[in-house]
Amino acid sequence: MIAYIGRRLLWIIPVLFTVSVITFFLMHSVPGGPWDREKHLPQGTQDRLNAQYGLDQPIYVQYARWAGAFIQGDLGPSYRFQDRTVNDIVADGIWTTVQLGVMAFLLAVAVGIPLGIFAALGHNKAPDYIATSISIIGIATPVFVLGILMTVFFAVQLGWFPTGGWKGPQYWVLPTIALAGFPIAIIARYTRASMLEVTRKDYIRTAQSKGLRDQAVVSRHMIRNALIPVVTILGPTLAFLVTGSFIIERIFGIPGVGQYYITAIGTRDYSLLMAMTMLYAFAVAFLNVVVDVLYAYIDPRIRYS
Amino acid sequence: MATNTTVVPARLAKPKAAAGPWREAFGRLVRNKLAVLGLILVSLLLFCGIFGPLIAPWPYQDQDLQAIFANGNRPLPPLSPNHILGTDQLGRDLLSRLLDGARISVTVAFVVQFVIIFIGVPVGAFSGWFGGRTDNFMMRLTDVFYAFPDLLFIILLSVAFRETVFGQALDGLLLVFVAIGLVGWVTVARLTRGQMLALKETEFVEAAKAIGVSDRKIVMRHLLPNGMGPIIVAITLGVPVAILAEATLAYIGIGVQPPRASWGSLIAEGQKYIRSEPHLVIFPAIFIALALIGFTFLGDGLRDALDPKLKGKQ
Amino acid sequence: MVNAEEEVSAADAPTIVELSSDDVLRERNEEVAEAGVGQKADHLLEVRGLSTHFFTADGVVQAVDDVSFDVGYGETLGLVGESGCGKSVTALSIARLVPAPPGKIVAGSILFDGIDVLKLSHEDMRQLRGKEIGFIFQDPLTSLNPTLTIGYQIGESIKEHMGLSAKAARDRIVELLDKVGIPRPADRLNDYPFQFSGGMRQRVMIAIALACDPKLILADEPTTALDVTIQAQILELIQRLSSEFGTAVLLITHDLGIAAGMCDRVNVMYAGRIVETGKVDTMFESPRMPYAWGLLDSLPRIDDIRGEKLRTIEGLPPVLIDPPVACRFGPRCPYIRDVCREREPELTPRPGEGHLARCFATEPDGWIA
Repeated sequence: MIAYIGRRLLWIIPVLFTVSVITFFLMHSVPGGPWDREKHLPQGTQDRLNAQYGLDQPIYVQYARWAGAFIQGDLGPSYRFQDRTVNDIVADGIWTTVQLGVMAFLLAVAVGIPLGIFAALGHNKAPDYIATSISIIGIATPVFVLGILMTVFFAVQLGWFPTGGWKGPQYWVLPTIALAGFPIAIIARYTRASMLEVTRKDYIRTAQSKGLRDQAVVSRHMIRNALIPVVTILGPTLAFLVTGSFIIERIFGIPGVGQYYITAIGTRDYSLLMAMTMLYAFAVAFLNVVVDVLYAYIDPRIRYS
Repeated sequence: MATNTTVVPARLAKPKAAAGPWREAFGRLVRNKLAVLGLILVSLLLFCGIFGPLIAPWPYQDQDLQAIFANGNRPLPPLSPNHILGTDQLGRDLLSRLLDGARISVTVAFVVQFVIIFIGVPVGAFSGWFGGRTDNFMMRLTDVFYAFPDLLFIILLSVAFRETVFGQALDGLLLVFVAIGLVGWVTVARLTRGQMLALKETEFVEAAKAIGVSDRKIVMRHLLPNGMGPIIVAITLGVPVAILAEATLAYIGIGVQPPRASWGSLIAEGQKYIRSEPHLVIFPAIFIALALIGFTFLGDGLRDALDPKLKGKQ
Repeated sequence: MVNAEEEVSAADAPTIVELSSDDVLRERNEEVAEAGVGQKADHLLEVRGLSTHFFTADGVVQAVDDVSFDVGYGETLGLVGESGCGKSVTALSIARLVPAPPGKIVAGSILFDGIDVLKLSHEDMRQLRGKEIGFIFQDPLTSLNPTLTIGYQIGESIKEHMGLSAKAARDRIVELLDKVGIPRPADRLNDYPFQFSGGMRQRVMIAIALACDPKLILADEPTTALDVTIQAQILELIQRLSSEFGTAVLLITHDLGIAAGMCDRVNVMYAGRIVETGKVDTMFESPRMPYAWGLLDSLPRIDDIRGEKLRTIEGLPPVLIDPPVACRFGPRCPYIRDVCREREPELTPRPGEGHLARCFATEPDGWIA
């Protein structure tokens, strides 16, 4: 098992390498450069800046330099925010983004799984219809629509929560719910389907034939087995939270790192863009390993093979 | 098996005329109310997407400046004369723009899934068929794509090629479609590979080969009905993902170029007026919701209808 | 890993005398017998007019239709028929485990040890299941929960029904595993089902069925999913343990040969109905229903020197949605006459102790002598 985890973690390295190469070359093929914003910058100054940041070098040299610095933990200077390094920018915003992501993930799991179980146990009855309606709303509402509508309704109209910022718990509520909406729906749907599938299994009939209490049949035999396939969608869910966070950060004006991704492309802030890509690629790859390990943990058939 | 009470089918007691597997699946589909609702919504969307310009009251880019002026240079509310859903701040008819958005979404539905099939099915089939090293390499490749932050990749790709001929095609949409497809093929490739591996070993394929059924017939009668089900389902359920991705990109200003109107960009524009003119956000949101629900229900229904595990059960 | 274990035959398993805990069990069994508890009725199980229907989109499937039979205390009764004839649904009905919806027991009574099972509350029924009625299912590969250890799965009903301490429960699980012939039982408590072979899993299933020392075991095709050599071991195990514990067994099988080896009496079911019932010997010597002939004919015989091909029963059983009022076997019967198409025959006595058959042709005035 430890060897397996080690192998999976090592595999992240080539993944990150490939992602970095693709992104780096794609990024440099984008027309324009980091100095386009300052409209009247004379050509001479631009050339000097390019030379100063090594942007006049052949692209593979630039990549080698970037990679060398990256390995040592140096994410490079920001071209847009010239008084700050990318390390500073990431260090400032990363925990806010992680906090938002973790809260949304926990909310999605804590609401989605019980909702799915609730729906399956009341199959074709009121609980099923209620839970299914909630998950349909979640699936049908893109994260940005949910964000906008929640701001307008709960922040502007009702004034229950602030419209933006990240200064305390009351600021966390709306962004977390808006980000968790879609994952809640997906997890609930998946849990429900998985529960209904498990209900038909022979071993459930065996459990019933033992004269166990209904609650014991459900909790020990159904839910545990039903959750095994649900774990597999936690990976894509995490990936969604990662990318969804920059839309939510934009709408709610949250000082995380997600907001920089879109702006970094626009301003050709190469090093910031690379840092963001690597951060997200690492998060997705690493969390996928975590999910697979979790999967092996709850399914003994995988654990022992 | 130890049973010797071999049962030979006789004409006398044949229970029912055996319908083809596809027909049987279709029968199950139309009995599922949600699937029928999905089918209706999808048909409506397709209709709007194909015939939108014919039924739209106005061309989507036309500005009704007089009406806007009369309204104090504000967007017209719904149920205004000539503009049943109102207009935007430039006096463009919202319904007409939504219908143009439907056209974009329908194109997304098809082009993206085409890209996904075009890459995913061959890669998966190749991988599953040859196995060994090829398989290993392919699967590692899908790992890389899996770890790629897909929205980031799409954004980067669309920005990188925006100025090229390719980037300008279809009002900038082709690029977005291809980018969405490029990150979406992995799921279908893995699925096809799994199907291939499973089917290669099945008894009925072995049996069919043994009794000399032609390859063509094996593929048509065995592999297609048995292997295509999950792929069709994955592709149908991939449509809402693609529509959502396009809308999200349009919302952050990537992809469709003005004056074309994607539902996502309509929401981005309408957001500025949300307090006074919420309809500019609400209506596009409803259209997106109906499209997503339609394809999701249809995909779910197809899965239930094609699921071989349910066959023969009460 | 597993193949070696398969070599351990049921006979090699330790016998009752060697185990002190077995003595405890036996003593308890004797006590129960002396007190007369558990002998509340003439028969352990009396099924009367049982009808179980499935309400499907295509119509009402009359899976079990007016079925009656008895199982005596400690008796092993066979229930034989093709797949889909309603024999499994009969067993599920007795334990009230018919999946509902779409299934529903629509008529009849099931007296278990003098108690009408169909009138019990959900809670009382639960107390009966696992404690008084054990179930062995057909497919040991799917009937055990893949994510729980076998020790846990056997222990569940013990904890639920016997109120033993953790230590006592564990001892009993080990003892049960030992009894069903699992080598090194104490070491295997924490293993998962996938670590056992099919035959070994069925032994675990038997241990689960016997866990609370039930009065009746419903064995639904217990060996169908197993290799032929393992089949014999498992059947022997069921036979030995049921006589040791004094447990009655309702053995459901499509294989008349298995029934003949295990039971005194056999019920033959066809299309939701019992079509013939009686002593196994009588049934083999002179079956009084063409369907039973068919079943016998399709058994391979060691004395078959004619070198003929195995005979089969032509055709398929009828669909049980609105079955016609006629002999249900008629369409496949080589001896069919008009009367068989017009009315349905009753179960009527035939020569031999308790022998009944549902056939116009073999009635005293019938056209087959």
